[in-house]
Amino acid sequence: MKELKYIIRDPEGIHARPAGLLVKLATTFASVITIQKEDKTADAKRIFAIMGLGAKQGQEITVTAQGADEDKAIAEIDLFLKENL
Amino acid sequence: MLTFRGKSAFGGIAVGRICVYQKGQQQVKRRRAADTDAEVQRFHHARELAIEQLGELYETSLKKVSEAEAAIFEVHQMMLQDGDYMESVENIIRCQEVNAEYAVAVTADNFSRMFSVMEDPYMRERAADVKDVSERLLNVLTGASGAGPTVAEPMIIVARDLAPSETVQLDKEKVLAFVTLQGSVNSHTAILAKTMGIPALVNTSLEGQGETGANERNLLEQLDGKRGIVDGFQGLFYVEPEEELLLEMQSRKAAEEKKKDLLQSLKGKSNVTLDGKEIQLYANVGNIKDLALVIQNDAGGIGLFRSEFLYLEKDDYPSEEEQFQIYKTVAETMAGKKVIIRTLDIGADKQAEYFGIPHEENPAMGYRAIRICLDRPQVFMTQLRAIFRASAYGNLAIMYPMIISLEEIRRIKELVAQVKDQLESQGIAYRDMEQGIMIETPAAVMISDRLAEEVDFFSIGTNDLTQYTLAIDRQNPKLDEFYDAHHPAVLKMIQMVVDNAHRAGIWAGICGELGADTSLTETFLKMDVDELSVSPSAVLPVRKAIRESNVGKKQQSH
Repeated sequence: MKELKYIIRDPEGIHARPAGLLVKLATTFASVITIQKEDKTADAKRIFAIMGLGAKQGQEITVTAQGADEDKAIAEIDLFLKENL
Repeated sequence: MLTFRGKSAFGGIAVGRICVYQKGQQQVKRRRAADTDAEVQRFHHARELAIEQLGELYETSLKKVSEAEAAIFEVHQMMLQDGDYMESVENIIRCQEVNAEYAVAVTADNFSRMFSVMEDPYMRERAADVKDVSERLLNVLTGASGAGPTVAEPMIIVARDLAPSETVQLDKEKVLAFVTLQGSVNSHTAILAKTMGIPALVNTSLEGQGETGANERNLLEQLDGKRGIVDGFQGLFYVEPEEELLLEMQSRKAAEEKKKDLLQSLKGKSNVTLDGKEIQLYANVGNIKDLALVIQNDAGGIGLFRSEFLYLEKDDYPSEEEQFQIYKTVAETMAGKKVIIRTLDIGADKQAEYFGIPHEENPAMGYRAIRICLDRPQVFMTQLRAIFRASAYGNLAIMYPMIISLEEIRRIKELVAQVKDQLESQGIAYRDMEQGIMIETPAAVMISDRLAEEVDFFSIGTNDLTQYTLAIDRQNPKLDEFYDAHHPAVLKMIQMVVDNAHRAGIWAGICGELGADTSLTETFLKMDVDELSVSPSAVLPVRKAIRESNVGKKQQSH
């Protein structure tokens, strides 16, 4: 299992559009990918769940990936977060 | 300008277009579906078409607007591909054996509610996106043109009358106010409007004309689509108002909203008087759809969960499994807070056809509530089993309506014991719940000392208790002027019930409309009432009244 932590910089937090892009990216991997904020955990392949986290600027999220392509998944999500959020 | 005068069922001001509701209008209906596989397939087929439509919209807006604006349609596509959304629709179709349209509508409600209760204002707005995609799906399913939504904007609903089953099916987001030509201030529609916290007028007629009579149909048709103002404080309804009046009402509306915001600041505060007496403050709920309102208004629990909607929204008896799913959802959603489920309370005036209850001259005193349940134990046992099974998932309690005798309680206890035995022998988990009764007949009041020894709590249903005590029919608008909700006879009865409850060491609450009457809050506190259960929109105003009350030292040491 791979894990990464990231603090949201985008002033609007994980809003609809980046949530959509994130789901799009996550679904390209076979691994099970989850995003955790405080005590809430969401499946990264489900848009409602991600938006339901309500992650805002300054809050930390933890992304975990487990599966055959977990290394690649974490690397690409890391890049995505830095560019978009 | 036309001016109508009616009786106000709920205060507040609404300004907007008028939608005249006619029977048989296009609405999402719950239908029983024998072939659930086919319904699931219909859903997925509609979903694919809707996704295709959204793809086209994306392409068009990409060309016409910008990439940023177009992206929302991509998000909408993902919403329709979301695993949770699809599972919810499929589950509802399969578990409740219903049509795809209904399952989509319920899912849309649930999901948009999830957003509308979020802290972040941006996220709250996303509720509209969920509605939007679901609307698109419904259009595909029903074959309606996707060109424009059926009801474009929130409107003032005007109708001759609205049956409870019709009112519950209306989309609350699209209702600014209700105006009905018939009905009384205590009718079910009026009570629903209070629950929803929207302005409502009943028994409305054109000023100076009394009964609208034969012209009614033409009159209604004329109003459709016009601009209107509902003043729920004065009981007035204006059609095509003059500019000056419009401006005045808009500023009054703004002032009202400010007051509402103030009430919002009471959220999270305790229900304690100035001199330190605490009371439980719960909410009344008439439909699972109202759960979000309970949470938004910060109620401590549900003091009255009316189970009738389960029966009224259907064309056949709801199965044990179907009921169990609903009760379980309520128990889980309320997350450990108390939920008091009232068993079936229907009668000839409020019934589903399949019950086959014959017309009665006097349904309020007829074959209803616990009388039906004891007469048709199979119906009752199904509900009891569903509630007991759900008890394992949260903090549930049961309450029985329309009790008049100890004998009834004895018979209920027998059936409850049977249900528990069955569940135990089947190895199904349940919890021992508090069992209480509604005190809504003068008979129950008079023997409340004896009843208190047999049950765990009392909940006083003041609407029925008042109508039975004063011999005034709630549904008869001609009697509104004789109906004194503060009648000393009723207040004395409440005191008697509370005293008898406390003597037997049980608690007593009020779940009728009177509980929300803030001019009586201090009186109830002095009477030592343990709990008030009010419509969700009344929770915060009542909390305000509690926090401003002083009950005097004597009562503190209870």
